[in-house]
Amino acid sequence: MSLWKIAWRSIQQRALASSLTGISMALGVMLVVAVLVVHGVIDRSFLNNSGLGYNLVVGAKGGRLDLVLNSVYYLARPVENIPYTYYLEFTEGKFKGYTDKAIPLCLGDMYQDFRVIGTTPAFFNDLDYGGKKYAFADGRNFEPDEYYGAVIGATVARETGLKVRDTFQPAHGAGPDAHEHDPFTVLGILEPTGTPNDRALFINMEGFFLIPEHAKPGDDDAPAAIAAAAEAPKVHADASHAEPSESEPADSKHKHEAQPGHTAGDDDEHAQDEHQREQPDHDRDHAGHDHHGHDHSHAHEPLPVEQREVTAILVLTAGAPGVAPGLLYGPELKKAINKDSVAQAVEPIREMAILFSTFVDPLRIILLSLTVMIVIVSGIGILVSIYNSMSERQHEIAVVRALGAGRRTVMLLVLLESILLSLGGGLLGWLVGHGLIAALSPWIAARTGVSIGFLQFVGYESVIIPGLIVLASLVGYLPALAAYRTDVAKALSATP
Amino acid sequence: MLFLKDVRKSFREPDGSPLAILDIKEFHLAAGEQAVLMGRSGCGKTTLLHVIAGISRPDSGTVRIDGTDITRLSEAGRDRFRADKIGYVFQTFNLLAGFSALENVLLGMTFSGGRPDAARARKLLERVGLAQRLTHRPAMLSVGEQQRVAVARALANQPKLLLADEPTANVDSGHQQQIIDLVRNSCQEENVALLLVTHTPEVAEQFARVDRLENFNLAVAVA
Repeated sequence: MSLWKIAWRSIQQRALASSLTGISMALGVMLVVAVLVVHGVIDRSFLNNSGLGYNLVVGAKGGRLDLVLNSVYYLARPVENIPYTYYLEFTEGKFKGYTDKAIPLCLGDMYQDFRVIGTTPAFFNDLDYGGKKYAFADGRNFEPDEYYGAVIGATVARETGLKVRDTFQPAHGAGPDAHEHDPFTVLGILEPTGTPNDRALFINMEGFFLIPEHAKPGDDDAPAAIAAAAEAPKVHADASHAEPSESEPADSKHKHEAQPGHTAGDDDEHAQDEHQREQPDHDRDHAGHDHHGHDHSHAHEPLPVEQREVTAILVLTAGAPGVAPGLLYGPELKKAINKDSVAQAVEPIREMAILFSTFVDPLRIILLSLTVMIVIVSGIGILVSIYNSMSERQHEIAVVRALGAGRRTVMLLVLLESILLSLGGGLLGWLVGHGLIAALSPWIAARTGVSIGFLQFVGYESVIIPGLIVLASLVGYLPALAAYRTDVAKALSATP
Repeated sequence: MLFLKDVRKSFREPDGSPLAILDIKEFHLAAGEQAVLMGRSGCGKTTLLHVIAGISRPDSGTVRIDGTDITRLSEAGRDRFRADKIGYVFQTFNLLAGFSALENVLLGMTFSGGRPDAARARKLLERVGLAQRLTHRPAMLSVGEQQRVAVARALANQPKLLLADEPTANVDSGHQQQIIDLVRNSCQEENVALLLVTHTPEVAEQFARVDRLENFNLAVAVA
């Protein structure tokens, strides 16, 4: 009969006390597992952005972390904007040589609890996440000329119920004073990505600019330009939305003119024609729709460059023959941008690493310390349980000794019992911890974009088993020593 | 097979003075021989068995079993020797409550040099009439059955010497003879020397050799 079996029988004989001490250990380990896994989720949620397809974020001067939280995670308060012309420096200006990709972001609007982000189709066409291209669960990306087209994240689709062809009205700002304006049409729903993009709505930046509040004030010509555009014969008016012809899509009455400085440039006229063909849904949705008294005599013409602003530019610096983009020019470009008075460039990974080392890591250490202390207290529970049973086990130990077991063997038996209790409790705690995390996975995924399976391991978990064995050996040592010191003749003489 | 020479053993009184328990000039038991040891309470019978079994070490003297002076062995060596060569039947059976009858017998084999032999353990239990009680725990067995398991456990390692400390003291009179027959017959079959301590004259009178401890333990005689 193996010593393990003898130790196990001893545990079985004290089933109630053993169960209680095992459960106490299970709770401790469950908490450790939960803290480790949840922290792993936070790590992945924030730090695994090396595969997002850009290595610099450019935005208004100010808080570097705010810029990253805003433009990468869509968190924190909105930051100031930078002129659109600065964005053009990356596409056709002085930074073009350093730049492989530059994706503009316009922030500030909300839909329900989700951020609305104005950007270009390149966001989904050119960027990737974790080395994967963005894929659509339904629909497709918006085209440059689909001014009121939108793509929404998987979480947004699930929680808002928005489907392809549905429309929504972004609200400027948040709260009761939020200003609603033109509706956008959902053209695509992203597959879940496990990134903050799951929790955002992406609208065509051109449509974003056309929302009146987004036009940069202060330019004397701007109001006039907008007014002129509104009066122009090549605008689409609500009448055309309200009465779509069966033979001809309502939006076909749209006429657009290319505007100098529009990102689409010379292709605009053609693009607008495409727009006319591809956006019947938009107009159908306008039909009979109450737009909260909003004046629909608006123009679908690009906002003049001088009235445009962007919140951030996601930049992938250029590579070289044999060198992947993002590996070169980062420091040079960052230095050059930061020298300007207009904007600043930050490395999101670096900023997040600083945030982690400053705030998150200490918090993790505190949490881990607390849970480790719980495990230690559970271990002491095992010590108390076994030690208290030693007086009643003296006779049993003496019998085993009389059968030929040495002092070290009975000591080992008690240590094995302690290890079995710790490991059994620990395994149970591990299973319950992972089960709990798996059960909460949908909730966590909805809030962090990171989904966790039952068998999602964190590297630190590999320390749990050896740690438990060490702990069990330590707490088992005292009762094992009592077993070692048992006076066999005396204990045998005592009435069992 | 068993030879004791000048064996002395004393304990400390609470006031620190020594209390002599054993002072035995000589004691023999041949291989396969069966003897009864009698004596009044407190005369050192159990202490003598503990010394022979190597559970206690004498203050001086020789305890030779099957050619080995166990007083020269370390404690661990005596433990191993006990597991290999000596069987012990206790007055209170001392079965482990958490183990089945079969496991209790296997436990007797666990600490010897060889591997536990489940077939032999079953055979022993069959021999003591417990073939249908292999998986029963001690609490589910009658007192007589428990002692029979204890006898089977003591014989598990095919010992050279079986020490039985009042094996019938806690057994009802109806089962006393059954236990004695079992112990004697088993020892005879396996050529095991038997030293059986008893207070019961009916038990003692069945043996050819009956020793009274007071007669050769000088410590008791002096007291």
